[in-house]
Amino acid sequence: MAETKKYIVGVFDDEDVLLPAVKKIRAEGVQIHDVYTPYPVHHLDTYLGYKRTRLGKAAFLFGATGTTLAITMISYMLGFDWPMDIGGKDFLPAPNFVPVTFESTVLISALGMVGTFLVSRGLGPGKKATMFDPRSTDDKHVMAINLDKNTKHSKEDIVAILKQNGVTEEPKEVDL
Amino acid sequence: MQVTSPVRAPLVLKKEENGQKRATTYHDITEDICRQVEAPPTNPRWLLAMLLSLAALGWGGYTLYRTWWFGLGEWGLNKTIGWAWDITNFVWWVGIGHAGTLISAILLLFRQKWRTSINRAAEAMTIFAVLCAGSFILMHMGRAWMAYWALPLPNTYGSLWVNFNSPLVWDVFAISTYLTVSVVFWYIGLIPDLATIRERAIARGDKIRAFVYGILSFGWDGSAKTWARYEEVALILAGLSTPLVLSVHTIVSMDFATSLIPGWHTTIFPPYFVAGAIFSGFAMVLTLMLITRHVFKLQAYITLEHIESMNKVIVLTGSIVGIAYLTEFFIAWYSGVEYESYAFINRAFGPYWWAYAAMMSCNVLSPQFFWFRSLRRNIYVTFILSIVVNIGMWFERFVIIVTSLHRDYLPSSWAMFYPTWVDLGDYIFTFGLFFTLFFLFAKFLPVINMAEVKAVLKSTSQTTLEKVQARSAESVASDTHQGDDK
Repeated sequence: MAETKKYIVGVFDDEDVLLPAVKKIRAEGVQIHDVYTPYPVHHLDTYLGYKRTRLGKAAFLFGATGTTLAITMISYMLGFDWPMDIGGKDFLPAPNFVPVTFESTVLISALGMVGTFLVSRGLGPGKKATMFDPRSTDDKHVMAINLDKNTKHSKEDIVAILKQNGVTEEPKEVDL
Repeated sequence: MQVTSPVRAPLVLKKEENGQKRATTYHDITEDICRQVEAPPTNPRWLLAMLLSLAALGWGGYTLYRTWWFGLGEWGLNKTIGWAWDITNFVWWVGIGHAGTLISAILLLFRQKWRTSINRAAEAMTIFAVLCAGSFILMHMGRAWMAYWALPLPNTYGSLWVNFNSPLVWDVFAISTYLTVSVVFWYIGLIPDLATIRERAIARGDKIRAFVYGILSFGWDGSAKTWARYEEVALILAGLSTPLVLSVHTIVSMDFATSLIPGWHTTIFPPYFVAGAIFSGFAMVLTLMLITRHVFKLQAYITLEHIESMNKVIVLTGSIVGIAYLTEFFIAWYSGVEYESYAFINRAFGPYWWAYAAMMSCNVLSPQFFWFRSLRRNIYVTFILSIVVNIGMWFERFVIIVTSLHRDYLPSSWAMFYPTWVDLGDYIFTFGLFFTLFFLFAKFLPVINMAEVKAVLKSTSQTTLEKVQARSAESVASDTHQGDDK
């Protein structure tokens, strides 16, 4: 059985308080586990120091795979395996293959990227969510700080830092 | 100095409570949208609506059985007119299925905040409309169990493949890709809201909902990192869906444009079909959203501003369609091809003149009312015109398909098309399918994207707008005062 970890959880009401708070708390040397919000708060990821995602590159690679697959499939079927003489026209008329190639590029790019996103973030049907406070899916921004990873600061210090930075409730300890 | 342009009109209105108005909070959004999902499915109006839809589906099921069991002889087709009711309805439904992805993809790229409260329902509608369109494809094959022949699989009798030069094969790829990507886009957008419903169900001790929405919400926790990735996914999906949505109706139009039938063999078809699709799609979104808004009391989220914005799209695309009709007519004359000229004269003045007149008046004239602001913001006018537009768009497809086919090069094979009751029943079937799915969606899933509306609440609510206006009034006053000092 996995060990339980101790977290201090701070609740914020307003994104405009949350963002500077994240900056200051990190400046104090406190490591933030993550912040859970009911909607996407812009720039929160950069304030938390997360790197820009490479999902765009993944999408491009999946798209390129789709293009290659489609061109290979069509050329093999109509050009090599069973060439059809249609009114004496070219066996491989490239412009006619654009629509199917385009659709398969989009399809494989979209499915591949979404699949990568779900797998990389551990999301999938029936997966359990780690909820520090259920209100983070409603109207509160919830900041979790892992006590085991913040050995420089005592628990009381962290609570004090959170309070200085605009939490709207008394920070609580949660074991997960 | 940084200048921030104020929002022009609020997208989230104030909440009315006991006759008093107050600022709408994030929690209000959750409550207002989750209310109908959490209520037991016993609302008599909803049950009646479901019953009617299921009745249509059942009746249509019977005509569908006749279509497949006795064959396409049950339809009004003849040896001159091989496509009529089926393909008219197919194109009509695909067209309706164009607004959802346009709203969620193109308007996302254009950073149009008003898309947030209508995108969920519009995307759902897209998916259901494409399913209806697909069912006409299966129907018109006559032997639906052979549908897999349209896929690139080796033929049973050897390696004979599908013909990739054929627009009908392009259509198979376009429609199935469009359906798949739309479902993915829609579902990704649903996940955060499903997590909200899950947490509320857990808090209330509602075990069944907690279990079902727990599975459906994919373990969403709303972490900042996941949100950042999620936004990137939405942006890239929008980038992919934008050319996709344009490609789908382009390819549908090529089913006609690459043929040699006078009236079909026209290069203007792709842009003209795309504009028509957006036109009819927005009209259907308006028809359904006006009802949903009224029934679920969502006036604070789907405001007159939203309705007006959609009406602006309707007047724009309706006018593009109008210009396309006139261009087509002009080119038919200017080309000097007598068959082409005849096809168009026959459309307007032949035995199907009434269909042409219906198309012209519903699609070209009726949207022009929306040049007037008061009419764009009038709910009743909008509701009626949204239905009129879709009647017109149905006639457009009927005119293109039936009038181009019914008079062949040989006058001996001239014919008329009369739909049979089985034709009608199959159309009713798709209505049943569409509305059954829509009512199920409206009952069991949040009709408005809560997370996205919350994300724009701070910048676009009525309360914010009033603050910004008060502040700018103050600064104008102080500027004037400083001017006096000088």
